[in-house]
Amino acid sequence: MPGHGTRDTGHALLEVKGLRVAVAGNEILKGVDLAIREGEVHAIMGPNGSGKSTLAQVLAGHPAYTVLAGSAKYEGKGLLSMKPEERARAGVFLAFQYPVEIRGITNSYFLRSALNALRRERGEPELDPIDFLQVLEQKLKAIGWDDSMMNRPVNEGFSGGEKKRNEILQLAVLEPRLAILDETDSGLDIDALKTVAHAVNQLRGPKRSFLIVTHYQRLLNHITPDVVHVLADGRIVKSGGPELAHELEAKGYDWLRDAAMVS
Amino acid sequence: MAHVEQLVGSYRAWAANGASGAPSWLKDLREGGIARFHDLGFPNMKQEAWRFTSVAPIAEGSFELAQPPARTPKLDDIRPFLLFETGYRLVFLDGFFQPSLSTPFFDDIQSLAHVVAHRQDLVRQHLGTYAATQDRPFSALNTAFVHEGAFVHVPAKATIAEPIQLLFLASGAKQVVSHPRNLVVIEREARASIVETYASLGQGPYWTNSVTEVVVGEGARVDYHRVQRESERAYHVATTQTHQGRDSTVHLHTVAFGAALARHDIGAVMAGPGGTLILNGLYLLAGQQHADHHTTIDHAADHCESHEYFNGVLDEKSRGVFTGRIIVRPGAQKTDSKQTNNNLLLSTDAHADSQPQLEIYADDVKCTHGSTVGPLDPRALFYLRSRGVGEAEARRLMTYGFAAEILGRMDVAALRAELDRIVRDRLAA
Ligand SMILES: Nc1ncnc2c1ncn2[C@@H]1O[C@H](COP(=O)(O)OP(=O)(O)O)[C@@H](O)[C@H]1O
Ligand SMILES: [Mg+2]
Repeated sequence: MPGHGTRDTGHALLEVKGLRVAVAGNEILKGVDLAIREGEVHAIMGPNGSGKSTLAQVLAGHPAYTVLAGSAKYEGKGLLSMKPEERARAGVFLAFQYPVEIRGITNSYFLRSALNALRRERGEPELDPIDFLQVLEQKLKAIGWDDSMMNRPVNEGFSGGEKKRNEILQLAVLEPRLAILDETDSGLDIDALKTVAHAVNQLRGPKRSFLIVTHYQRLLNHITPDVVHVLADGRIVKSGGPELAHELEAKGYDWLRDAAMVS
Repeated sequence: MAHVEQLVGSYRAWAANGASGAPSWLKDLREGGIARFHDLGFPNMKQEAWRFTSVAPIAEGSFELAQPPARTPKLDDIRPFLLFETGYRLVFLDGFFQPSLSTPFFDDIQSLAHVVAHRQDLVRQHLGTYAATQDRPFSALNTAFVHEGAFVHVPAKATIAEPIQLLFLASGAKQVVSHPRNLVVIEREARASIVETYASLGQGPYWTNSVTEVVVGEGARVDYHRVQRESERAYHVATTQTHQGRDSTVHLHTVAFGAALARHDIGAVMAGPGGTLILNGLYLLAGQQHADHHTTIDHAADHCESHEYFNGVLDEKSRGVFTGRIIVRPGAQKTDSKQTNNNLLLSTDAHADSQPQLEIYADDVKCTHGSTVGPLDPRALFYLRSRGVGEAEARRLMTYGFAAEILGRMDVAALRAELDRIVRDRLAA
């Protein structure tokens, strides 16, 4: 990988091979190969409808997606046979393109339930509301929030930008090993985009990997990826360094889509 | 029909003996009630207001008029149903006032039977003025047996800081009927919070037929909470009728957990301009329980605001019925009315009927309504699981959230905590 030769021998955190996935009877992913090593940031770009969210959702274990063929290994273990909650407890996190409302459950109660589920898995004691508030306080600062958003029901009445920040807050609190961000940049104004990017950059580290799904290159101006992949028509048609994102910005996707059709 | 005759017979016997000492206006009120009930008989499912609810178990059952209980419960017996041991409270057993368990306040927070003698003018002015009986057989029947219940009077500009507890217990030992009749008068600019609870010490079948009238004066505010946690074999029929003056505020919260068959008619008349009403209800049912809430918000004056939220959580073979009628009278301009009814079906055998009925006769108004019936949102379920919460816990959490949404609107922290505990217990079972 360009500029990251030292990591070439690093441990693969996620290894996807020949992944074919259908939803509602339509094959969307038609053989995806992808390897992400510890500490790497990969970006997946591609036109609308190319299957980016499908890949993200299937890695998180959404039951609506049917795996037709292929495998996904996470920390060397088969990811696709794990329940969504088992994946989360093992350190996989998906920031949703469309975060979901949960009526009647406050954001803080939700987040504490999630964190405690992870802590139980790790054999750590659960946090009571007071201890949790302390954990939360620092994380809130990172995304520029006070705790007023925490007493509202999860995502209910949140603006698009607030929902996206809320995903990043969850990411910061749950501290996953593999964070998948699905279009976290869409619908954000430039300030919010910078806040989100800053929060993600702070979370970058040798043990944590990112898969950043985006339609545009602008988020990648703030988060420099190690590898950029282009997904078109259910396949990764090109991979390269950060410069590939700029190339896509200049040329659009059509030349790649045509390439995918031909192959 | 036999049972109607039986009830009329028991009324005659009661009126001739136990109730013969009443003032003549009260006797007239009762006579009017029994005559009306005799005319109407029990409702049947051909009637629009009773389309989804059969009262056959009541109409065909045999319920004797409750007698004064042989023994007074101890404070320990009723403690599980009390939110506070301080403050004012009125406790009734099978409809009979229990002075040794109650903490009344002169003639302002008292048993109705007592104040009928001592504050005749006030009682006479209000009693039976708000709760309709024309097409309401149960309300008419209650009016026939008007005798005992809670009386709360808050004088103008007074504030009662601690919530007043009205506790109606059934001994649950015999198949009896009681007709509690409550009158709450909040004078102008006064303020009070009330918790009315129906519960049972025993498990047997019995029938409660209650009527509560709440009058709220100009600029006054009442937070009224009603908790129905009767025995699971009980029949519970109730009317709550509020009447609001200018610039007054009513927050009416109602929670139904109990009874085999429950029907609650809630009526709210916004009689003066500038009134605010929050009608906030929850029903949480399982087994074969059936609960029917019939609400009518009557915007009779302009510039009033009403917000109605009802959530139902229905498990096993239970059934929830919600009818939300909103009337905006001619001239009730600038009415702002919002209604939602959401039903969560936790089993494929559970059932919910939800029907909004909007009758709008003014043009410059804002009225919205929405209702949902369905299982837990699979997207939210996946969202929770993707955060590490196990499937069973995620379902419990979401179900709890459905209830918590309603409980969260209540201002009395002790009540919220107690209801929260009941909901969690039920969901854990
Ligand atoms: N739950 C679903 N049901 C039916 N079709 C779906 C579903 N999810 C995705 N699709 C279809 O799969 C294709 C890829 O969608 P998606 O993965 O969301 O693409 P992207 O995120 O790249 O825009 C689209 O044609 C979309 O309509
Ligand atoms: Mg997408």
